[in-house]
Amino acid sequence: MSDKLLTVEQLKTYYDTRFGEKIYAVDGVSFGLEEGKVLGIAGESGCGKSTLALSLIGLFAKPLCYDSGAIVINGRDVTQLDKETRRVEVLGKKVAYIPQAAMNALNPTLKIKNFIFDIMKEHFPEMTKDEVFKLAKERFEELNLDERVLHSYPNELSGGMKQRTVIAISTIMNPDILVADEPTSALDVSTQKVVMKMLMSLMEKKIVKSMIFITHELPLLFHIADHIMVMYAGECVEYGTSEEIVFKPLHPYAVELMTSIVVPEVGQKGHKLSSIPGAPPNLKYKMTGCRFAPRCSLATDECKAANVEETVVGQRRYRCVMDRKVKSDV
Amino acid sequence: MSNRKVILEGKKINKIFGHGASSVHAVNDVDFKFHEGEIISIVGESGSGKTTLAKMILGLIPATSGDLYFNDEDRDISSFKKRKHYWENVQAVFQDPFSSFNEFYKVETLLTNCLDLRNEKITKKERVDKMREACFFVNLDFDEIRNKHPFELSGGQMQRVMIARIFLIHPKVLIADEPTSMIDACSRANILEMLMKLRDTNKMTIVFITHDLGLAYYVSDTVYIMERGEIVEKGDAETVIATPTHRYTKQLISDVPKLHEPWDLT
Repeated sequence: MSDKLLTVEQLKTYYDTRFGEKIYAVDGVSFGLEEGKVLGIAGESGCGKSTLALSLIGLFAKPLCYDSGAIVINGRDVTQLDKETRRVEVLGKKVAYIPQAAMNALNPTLKIKNFIFDIMKEHFPEMTKDEVFKLAKERFEELNLDERVLHSYPNELSGGMKQRTVIAISTIMNPDILVADEPTSALDVSTQKVVMKMLMSLMEKKIVKSMIFITHELPLLFHIADHIMVMYAGECVEYGTSEEIVFKPLHPYAVELMTSIVVPEVGQKGHKLSSIPGAPPNLKYKMTGCRFAPRCSLATDECKAANVEETVVGQRRYRCVMDRKVKSDV
Repeated sequence: MSNRKVILEGKKINKIFGHGASSVHAVNDVDFKFHEGEIISIVGESGSGKTTLAKMILGLIPATSGDLYFNDEDRDISSFKKRKHYWENVQAVFQDPFSSFNEFYKVETLLTNCLDLRNEKITKKERVDKMREACFFVNLDFDEIRNKHPFELSGGQMQRVMIARIFLIHPKVLIADEPTSMIDACSRANILEMLMKLRDTNKMTIVFITHDLGLAYYVSDTVYIMERGEIVEKGDAETVIATPTHRYTKQLISDVPKLHEPWDLT
């Protein structure tokens, strides 16, 4: 596993509610990320995608708490570092994060250049204002962003522009891993493409080494990700290459998810859209058995009785008892 | 489609915001004809005037010029009574379900208000039965949510309460302004299925306003493509997707990531 840039093992994080309950939003997730690869994370709202992103950057601020597991970046387990060291040495330099509401991530009272200066001051106290501006200008030029943006306030920028600015700012320290949490979900298709182009150019220009991309838009994920992890109720239910996940999903939930795709392609009109009955389980209550069983059309008593372990077939993993027989086909 | 009755028709509709040099021509000479039971999609990027058009159809903002006909008659919303009558027939589902409801009202009150719009003399029990039926239709448990406030529900649940509203009012025309953009792919399928069911039971005309061409193609009979306030292409969904003629339509189609074709990101 040493050639991997990032290894996450049995990560468990929970929300500590004011009623004293522990809600395990990420419950035993493991995966690895190699250099130059993009990992996509898919799943419906509330399945723990964003919590996983927050955990990866080590932002354990109440109510989010760390329980167990390891996040190893470049051979170093960052969960064992104290908060201050993690902030100074890991955040921004090793792992950068693009928040879901990137639109609101900028400070409305600061010009973009001063905002960048504020960030750099924290990490490199010896840098002067001019040095920071020069660096920012170079980076903006490299990413085809207008220099004018640096001198504007956030309210002067359009949605897509703000998003691209946030991406440029969060990667200014050349992080190894970029965690992008639904960076395009609030944008229309044309702007989405522009933002995606920029994200991919970050990879090409080796500004970031690897990327974790979180979204529920599967066609998009299919094109940019090398591997896809499907999450459900805090667990990874299936992991595989994007080809495998999109065209040959094994887990019943992944199958349902893939049939909910709509694309403007001739001949795609008639297919029945799947809609999964019911709602995801409330993670407040401990569950035995497969978490998807109450909504699964294939569920048997076996599914509900005992916890389902992951089945590993080569690079591929899934968490379902039904498809054991499929093993031979893969 | 042409043999069906035209329910809503617009002729040369314009909307100009502001005056003089700083004015914005948000909707420019738009013509449309919506038939009974038809599903129409209006597709365009942000700022193309889709929502402005929807608001004009709903009568929330006045048009600068142009004529709207509802049921072959001039649309008249000059008085409150007439407006209310119009809204019995033309209703909307908005993008953000959270800001669509009065936060101070419980779900029960919200739904009761919808029933009031229809001016039917019914007993309290009948009301509750109707509301329960509506909630059942959208897979919600009325007894569970009747005493909840909007902020206590999830986005998907809220959107379903919106649809329950439509079920109670059963309008002739429903304007759905990005009804699925705030929710994930799986719930999206749920919502679409419910809207289709409504169309089939009520013979409702649905106007989808969206930037998602995939969704538009999947659900609609007719597609209108809008760019900078103008309708640049319209026609049968299958034809528009298979053989787009306008430059903008082609660009939109190429911008959407597809499954069986490469997506050019260079």
